[in-house]
Amino acid sequence: MIKIDENGFYGDFGGAYIPEMLYPNIEELKENYEQIMASESFKTEFDSLLKDYVGRPTPLFHAQRLSEKYGVKIYLKREDLCHTGAHKINNTVGQIILAKRLNKKRIIAETGAGQHGVATATVCALMGMECTVYMGAVDMERQKPNVERMRILGATVVPANSGSKTLKDATNEAMRQWINNPVDTHYIIGSVVGPHPYPEMVARFQSVISAEIKAQLLEKEGRDSPDIVIACVGGGSNAAGAFYHYYNDEKVRLVAVEAAGLGVTSGKSAATTQLGKPGILHGSKTLLMQTEDGQVVEPHSISAGLDYPGIGPVHAHLFASGRGEFLAVEDEDAMIAGIELSRLEGIIPAIESAHALSALNQLKYKASDIIVINLSGRGDKDLETYIKWGNY
Amino acid sequence: MAMNRIEELFKNKEGNILSIYFTAGFPSLNDTMGIMEAIEEAGADIIEIGIPYSDPVADGPTIQESNTVALNNGMTLKILFSQLAELRGKLKIPVILMGYLNPIVQYGMEEFCKKCEEVGVDGLIVPDLPMKQYLESYKGLFETYNLRNTFLISPQTSPDRIREIDRETDGFIYMVSSASITGAKKDVTPEQIAYFERVGDMGLKNPRLIGFGISDKASFSTAAKHAQGAIIGSAFINVLREAKELKKEINTFIKSIKA
Repeated sequence: MIKIDENGFYGDFGGAYIPEMLYPNIEELKENYEQIMASESFKTEFDSLLKDYVGRPTPLFHAQRLSEKYGVKIYLKREDLCHTGAHKINNTVGQIILAKRLNKKRIIAETGAGQHGVATATVCALMGMECTVYMGAVDMERQKPNVERMRILGATVVPANSGSKTLKDATNEAMRQWINNPVDTHYIIGSVVGPHPYPEMVARFQSVISAEIKAQLLEKEGRDSPDIVIACVGGGSNAAGAFYHYYNDEKVRLVAVEAAGLGVTSGKSAATTQLGKPGILHGSKTLLMQTEDGQVVEPHSISAGLDYPGIGPVHAHLFASGRGEFLAVEDEDAMIAGIELSRLEGIIPAIESAHALSALNQLKYKASDIIVINLSGRGDKDLETYIKWGNY
Repeated sequence: MAMNRIEELFKNKEGNILSIYFTAGFPSLNDTMGIMEAIEEAGADIIEIGIPYSDPVADGPTIQESNTVALNNGMTLKILFSQLAELRGKLKIPVILMGYLNPIVQYGMEEFCKKCEEVGVDGLIVPDLPMKQYLESYKGLFETYNLRNTFLISPQTSPDRIREIDRETDGFIYMVSSASITGAKKDVTPEQIAYFERVGDMGLKNPRLIGFGISDKASFSTAAKHAQGAIIGSAFINVLREAKELKKEINTFIKSIKA
């Protein structure tokens, strides 16, 4: 049974390991978010923005040529068609409405590749709220177009210059700025990570993905559950959304695909479940890539969105309990899968999502299976990486 | 619990208590002993040693950078304990370790507490250890090994929560001076004074030290008017970073605060 307990733990993982300075913020959120989310007016506003602004429901597309190639029926959940190009906006729409109802005046966020930053800057523009996004200085350099997108949308982008200057450090910096501005500021975390209640709250905003899959599959196949759901996992928000309504439906295989980088044993990898052990980062206990002294290790993936040394606590629990199947896909194989989908279906996927596609090569399945792959984002932001890779 | 040096200090000295923070392994791996001796000789009252961590979320740029340098120098808990084992007998001053939870948990909480007692550590500050978790899992261990645990409070901490923290703290309460990470350098505002006074009037059982943003004689004196004393961290790290002669400059800095 996948269920969060009152202290914010999924099995052994989760909790709220935060400095006391953040305790009032986290308590305020914990005490209010369920009630706010359950209110009719919230649901109405959230659903209406998802429909008319984000463009939901996103299609569940039967990818015929891909299906033929792999000898199994494959559906793609088209999160790449969301406004801003990825599933990230489902969560930012939810949290911005929440922030307004908590009377917050400012929004802060962290971002790695820039997708969550863009999704946050977008909803802040929509709601007329001040927005500051923290981004590793290294990531700002390698994701320039997204930095400019955020600026065009009116957000301030602040470089995180500490540590390795990537997502992990951007998250540290956002938490520090929340400590500095505890009263008027809401922190929109972009994945199912962070202190309780963030992992569950973000998963619930993303759960619209599996809610739609159920309805769409019922219409197309006369059954509401596939045999297998596949999604890539960095922190794991798109996977949490795609798995959410199937957590406790044991017939459905939940396949989480991590980034192996240059190879799981290469020292340049982000395959947290294979390389990590239990530890505490960014407010929750989870599986974490770390040295034997407990210092956090820098991950590597060609895809900035999977380049994170931890994993959401719910995924750590899916792994530890055996409910989820965890695979790891190397940089090169993800790129090949990205090109393959482009050629077979006319869809250029985000390199994150290409990891999920490549899992088809490793996975054991029956010809009669129905597989849903969560296509979490589109590849526009990755054109430079595709071009650099060049093998097409 | 047996008496320990933190309790003795607060029993014998009612005010103007100066606690000095530095990061273990900064500026060089083997500076620990020299720095501790110099702090004691200069007349500070408590030494707070930071265990370096890759992701110190409650710390500002100065202490972050000192953590990075210390880790690059190769500092680990094992090395720190071996340094402390050699020198602790020579010092009388209370010693507190401040560190984030993950390196401690990886070391093993019981082994960590045991080692702390062995090398003469008197107390701990673990900013990301939630009180609930402490009470459920670790309080007994801390007591077994005669370690005092200090919790933090900030201007946003509710009166009920402050009472709860006062109940579960022993040693002293760490009053974060404003809504900030370490090293924020601002003048003390009327709002801060009101917060110091509000907490001062609560009649707490624990003494209070004020930290974050205390950097010189003026801010120390203001803090010491509203609590039993204060903690200086980032400003001291700046002294260490720039120092050509560590001992001499530590002495000059601490004397300037206490003058």
